Amino acid sequence: MEKLRLFKNRIGTLLMKTLSFTVLLLLFAMGTGLFLRSQALLADKPISDLLFSSAWRPSAGEYGYLTFIFGTLMVTLYALLIAVPFSICAAVYLSEYAKKRTRDFFKSVIDILASIPSVIFGLWGVLIIVPMVKEIGSVLFGASSTGYSLLSAALVLAVMILPFIIHIVLEVLQTISVSLREAALAMGATSWQAIKHVVLRKALPGIIAACGLGLARAFGETMAVMMVAGNIAQISISPFEPTYTLPALIANNYGEMFSIPLYDSALMFAAFILFAIILLFNIISWIVFYRVKRRL
Amino acid sequence: MNIRKDRRFFEEKLIKGIMRFCALLLAGLLILIVTTIAVKGFSALNLSMLVNTAKGGFYLGKEGGILHAIIGSFCIAGGATCLAFFISTPIVLYINVYRKKRSKLAELIRFAFNVLWGIPSIVYGAFGFTCMLFLGLKASLLAGILVITLVEIPILARGIDEVVQHVPIEITQAALSLGATTGETAWKVVIRQILPGIITAMLLAFGRGIGDAAAVLFTAGFSDYIPESLMQPVATLPLVIFFQLGTPFPSVQNRAYASAFILTLLVLSISLMARFFSKKLSRHRIDHM
Repeated sequence: MEKLRLFKNRIGTLLMKTLSFTVLLLLFAMGTGLFLRSQALLADKPISDLLFSSAWRPSAGEYGYLTFIFGTLMVTLYALLIAVPFSICAAVYLSEYAKKRTRDFFKSVIDILASIPSVIFGLWGVLIIVPMVKEIGSVLFGASSTGYSLLSAALVLAVMILPFIIHIVLEVLQTISVSLREAALAMGATSWQAIKHVVLRKALPGIIAACGLGLARAFGETMAVMMVAGNIAQISISPFEPTYTLPALIANNYGEMFSIPLYDSALMFAAFILFAIILLFNIISWIVFYRVKRRL
Repeated sequence: MNIRKDRRFFEEKLIKGIMRFCALLLAGLLILIVTTIAVKGFSALNLSMLVNTAKGGFYLGKEGGILHAIIGSFCIAGGATCLAFFISTPIVLYINVYRKKRSKLAELIRFAFNVLWGIPSIVYGAFGFTCMLFLGLKASLLAGILVITLVEIPILARGIDEVVQHVPIEITQAALSLGATTGETAWKVVIRQILPGIITAMLLAFGRGIGDAAAVLFTAGFSDYIPESLMQPVATLPLVIFFQLGTPFPSVQNRAYASAFILTLLVLSISLMARFFSKKLSRHRIDHM
């Protein structure tokens, strides 16, 4: 009886340990799997040609990712520009000024907003944001736009990453000890001065980490961006021009993947680029985040 | 002195106002999104959509419904949530109960979960697709479930981990001091403490699974009927919305709004249910000893 229990325990431990290591391997497997699939393309073309050429003509065997990388970067950048100030303001208000009940209520709002599927955000974008951008473009800037544009994609994306960034900034702000604030207040600072000079300064690395995570999240968003971005491959920084992102490229073309040679490999390479960039940003941001949390 | 002071308080008031406005706008956005979908979707909704599958020419505006997609989404998300539960719970218990408090391995695994959590579903989809090619699988319900399982594992693990960390160490110590093995402590004592947390996390993961489109795009395929076996392709609600919206026919687009309304309703009720469970079930939890 005693032996059986210990034996069961030993077997169980072994199984659980193996399972844990398998998850560690999963990240590695994803990277290698995608990389191996894109080998066919990489063997055929030098990598600098792929990354720095904007010619995307699969039927002619030309695969240049520059336009798509540029489009993804622009959409992400615009989205961050909109979302970051907004989320820092909201997070600071909720953490520093709001009562506990208000904070809890808004935490629920954030959670619910985060649980809405991206297709719904996309549809909302098509119904509300796209006509709005079209109007703004024609009335204020005289740009004739269909509304399916960089700006629409960025706005929808900004709304999608808002709850995400706020959640993390809130977590960072809550780890800062109350005595620091009290010290500042006792010196005669107003609440805002205490926040500006003490809390935000202390939280800065954590806030930057939150932005990094938001960036990674925005970079890989597929459906919502694809539905409102217009999906025309061109390099343009005008917010009213359509754009095309890497995830949208993959999702739009998976159907004809096997009809053209190297096409499947090319799409998997696109996924690999996405994976690599997002992995990098995630790892750096989480390391910063952990450091901040440990220090406070 | 007085002027300086006035400026300080003016700045305080101004900033506070701006910040409050941002927070309120957040709630406004949620209301705006939900009402937009509800208003557009509710008027287009009818019962025959819910009880029929897509007939021929459904995407051209002919008869039919989206029952197959609703069932497909439930099958994929349900299967994936169960699988993800059986994978992530042992891992979370392992890193919390078996390992010491400041274990390097536990930290590493948490880090890996955080990173996996940030990987977008399209990359999971592409990875799942390469695995399918490798294994010789076709786009099917099974492949869809497996990929969504991968998407859900980090969500579930992070959710459960957060709850396990709040289980007081005294409970573990009490169990161990009575002669229980680590396994018995983890699976008979600790797991009861975190049951509400597990249910909440599972509901949240389920909600994510139902709403995911990019990962199943490659792996689950698409069909017009209710799947009868694991090897058949299956349609999901988000993809049905996406494809209906992509047609040039207003009547089909209206159906997309209605489908979106159903999806929103599903996801919101799951989310509220998760909230309810986490409140209701945690009443009897031991927090401090």
